[in-house]
Formats: sequence, structure tokens, C-alpha cells
Amino acid sequence: MADEATRRVVAELPLLKTNAGPRDRELWVQRLKEEYQALIKYVENNKNADNDWFRLESNKEGTRWFGKCWYIHDLLKYEFALEFDIPVTYPSTAPEIAIPELDGKTAKMYRGGKICLTDHFKPLWARNVPKFGLAHLMALGLGPWLAVEIPDLIAKGLIEHKEK
Amino acid sequence: MDSASLMEELQLRVRELEEALAREQGGGQGQRARIKLMSPEVTDSNPYSRLMALKRMGIVKHYEKICTFTVAVVGVGGVGSVTAEMLTRCGIGKLLLFDYDKVELVNVNRLFFQPHQAGLSKVQAVEHTLRNINPDVQFEVHNYNITTVDNFQHFMDRISYGGLEEGKPVDLVLSCVDNFEARMAINTACNELGQTWMESGVIAANIDEKTLKRKGVCATSLPTTMRLVAGILVQSVLKFLLNFGTVSYHLGYSAMQDFFPTMAMKPNPQCNDKNCRKQQEEYKEKKAAQPKQVVVEQEEEIVHEDNG
Repeated sequence: MADEATRRVVAELPLLKTNAGPRDRELWVQRLKEEYQALIKYVENNKNADNDWFRLESNKEGTRWFGKCWYIHDLLKYEFALEFDIPVTYPSTAPEIAIPELDGKTAKMYRGGKICLTDHFKPLWARNVPKFGLAHLMALGLGPWLAVEIPDLIAKGLIEHKEK
Repeated sequence: MDSASLMEELQLRVRELEEALAREQGGGQGQRARIKLMSPEVTDSNPYSRLMALKRMGIVKHYEKICTFTVAVVGVGGVGSVTAEMLTRCGIGKLLLFDYDKVELVNVNRLFFQPHQAGLSKVQAVEHTLRNINPDVQFEVHNYNITTVDNFQHFMDRISYGGLEEGKPVDLVLSCVDNFEARMAINTACNELGQTWMESGVIAANIDEKTLKRKGVCATSLPTTMRLVAGILVQSVLKFLLNFGTVSYHLGYSAMQDFFPTMAMKPNPQCNDKNCRKQQEEYKEKKAAQPKQVVVEQEEEIVHEDNG
């Protein structure tokens, strides 16, 4: 289960209302608006808590998303590019976030750099369809993954800070 | 030895090696010619004689109709590749194969793929091997992920128009994928198109959750379990297409105890998917119009392998 800190963060996120996927035309446009609103609020909250850790943007149709995320370890800031597609069955199924540059460096990753989320994430997402959105995916999916994997990868010498 | 006879010897040797190479590359020998009509004749050179025996024995009325059918196999991993192989050997008309993945050495623990195919896309590897096994089967392969918006539309188009006769739909879709997202995508497509499909899979059940591995690293991935599930699946496909025997709604195999449970699952009348509800309505109407046993329009089957 997500820890206390994560739960508090998620509690601050607006829940989404429109149950629409990328094939639903006008309803998808509405869903996209709600996604952007939730993301903007989340980034704002992060800035206020001095924990601004990602940026996300999408293509015009809102079907392809890309951006970057940061992780601070031992006072050094590590940056990673990320991307994902919205699957046709969204929001019933969550998107699979990929960090291509880490592909092959950790067992917690599938082909192409798709991060492997915990056994709890998918049931949690399923229980909250359609209220959870991309902001929740970042907070409950990518955030915890980075927190576990990045220190481990650094310790193993598999990633080096760009300034080294 | 003088240079003239040395030259002659070398030329002879080159010719020998060229011929050996031609044979290795499967030019003439090792490949069979295409066959227009399936014959029941029992001869050593007829690849269909044993299958046509089903007809002679009165089990299947028209076995040769198998070559008029088109089946789409989504996912050609452990279960899907072997499923495609079985259908190929049975003389299916056309196979459409969908998979985004590549062959890797780690796959070779469970049949079908061979080490020299590592690096090829799975659909390419399957097509190449199967074309050699049965040149009468038509193949159409797609190396992409069906869950993205662009590919999904293309996937639906091919299901709708990719039959043996271009423009006609496929006869059956088989789900041989290993994840929930892909299954949902196939389900969504088939509900929308009114397409009959069958589900298959392997799971590890009734064991300590902590030892449960995630997708792609499944503990039940043995060559034995994969072939068993594929065998049950293709058996159901044959019975469905050729109209013989009983096709179960759900057939499972529990490996540890050797137990084959069957059961029927009912659709959810409050399903979120409006196409699913529409299919349920259409099925009810169809059933009401025909008092006797009917061919199910929307049939969903699960062939599961439970480990313990």
C-alpha cells in the first residue's frame, strides 16, 4: 500500500469525472481538460512543497505524452526523459510509463524501458476508475518507482550523474 | 601435382560445395509444393491424409472446409506461437498474427522459437517457420502493439477486412497475450465488431503471492504447460469452426492436481462497456427467435492453466 506521505499527496489531487478514452471524441476533449487541470494542480502542490519533480506535455490529440522527471540523491539532481501512450482502454487501464534511457539496467523494467509497477498499483487503479488520472499515475506509479530504483541504480554504478 | 590438375580439383570442389549450399538453403528438397484440394487419400506424400481421416470416421462432416477459415492470433509468445503452428499443420486457410515483441534466447525454454531466430520480430520468426511447414496457409503479420490508438484502429480494420477474401472479416480471434491491457483491448474491439473470440492464458494460482512473478516472467512458462493450453485452445477452435463435439465456455487445466474443470460464465448485465450490453441484447433476441440450441454469437472462452 502507498505510504503515508504518498497518500497525503494523492489526497490533495483533484479526482477526475469524465469516463472517456482517446476514442471518445468530444468526451475525450473534456477528459483531457480534467487531466491537465489535475496535473497543473499537482505540479503547483509540488512546487509549494519544494518537490517539483516532473514536467509533462502531450501531442495535440492527447494520445502521446512526454516530458522529464528529476530525482535528487546525495545533493545531486538526476534527470530522465519519459514518455507514454494512452492505451485505447484508458482509463480502465493505466498507461505504461517508459524511461528509455534506463532500458536494460534494472529488472524492474519491461522492453523499451517501461517501468514495472508494484502488484498493488493495478488493483488500486482498477478500484478508482475513472477518478484517477495521469497525475495519480505520476504520484502513485512513477514517483515511488524512482524512489526505489534510482538510489539502487546509483549504488550499483549503473547510472552516473551527467556532470561526472 | 601440376597447376592444371590442381585447378581442376579445385573447380570440382567448388561445384560440390555450391550444390551442398543450394541444398542447405532449402531450394529443392525439404520444401513441399502447394496443394490445391485437400485429399483424403492415405498416402505417405499427402500431408492431410490423417486429418481427413476425421471425415472418413464420421467425426467431422467436412474437414476440408478448414482451408476456408481465417483466424487472427494476438500474441505469438509461448501459447500463441504453438497455437499458430497447430493451426498451420491442420491446414487453416489464413492466419493473421499480431505481436510487438522480438525473439530472445530467454524465450527458447518453451518451444517453437529457435536460437538462430533471436533478434527477429516474433511474428517474422513464426511466419518464416510456418510457411515452410505448410505453404498452403496464407499469412499476414503485424509487428505492433495493438493497445495504442493508431494501431488499434488498424487492428480493428484487419479483423473486419482481413479474411481469406479481402474485405471479409476473420472467422475467429484468439487472445494469446500475457497482460490485462491487451486482453481489454481485444475485448473492446470484439464487443464493438460483434466478433467471436476465444481467450487463453496461464496463471499461477493458490500460491504465496510474494513468489508470484510479474508479466513476462511467469512461473508457469514451461514448454509443457504452454503446449497443453495451446492444444486445448486449438481443439476448441477446430470444434467451433468445423462444428463437431462440445465447445466449453471455460475449460481449465490444473497442472499440479491434473484436474480439468469446465464452467460457464455469464456476462455482466451492468457492464461498463455499452457494446457489451448491446451484444447481450442481440444475443437474447436471437435466442428468443430460435427455440432450439443455437450457435452463440458472442462467445467468450477461457482456457486456463492453474499451477496448484
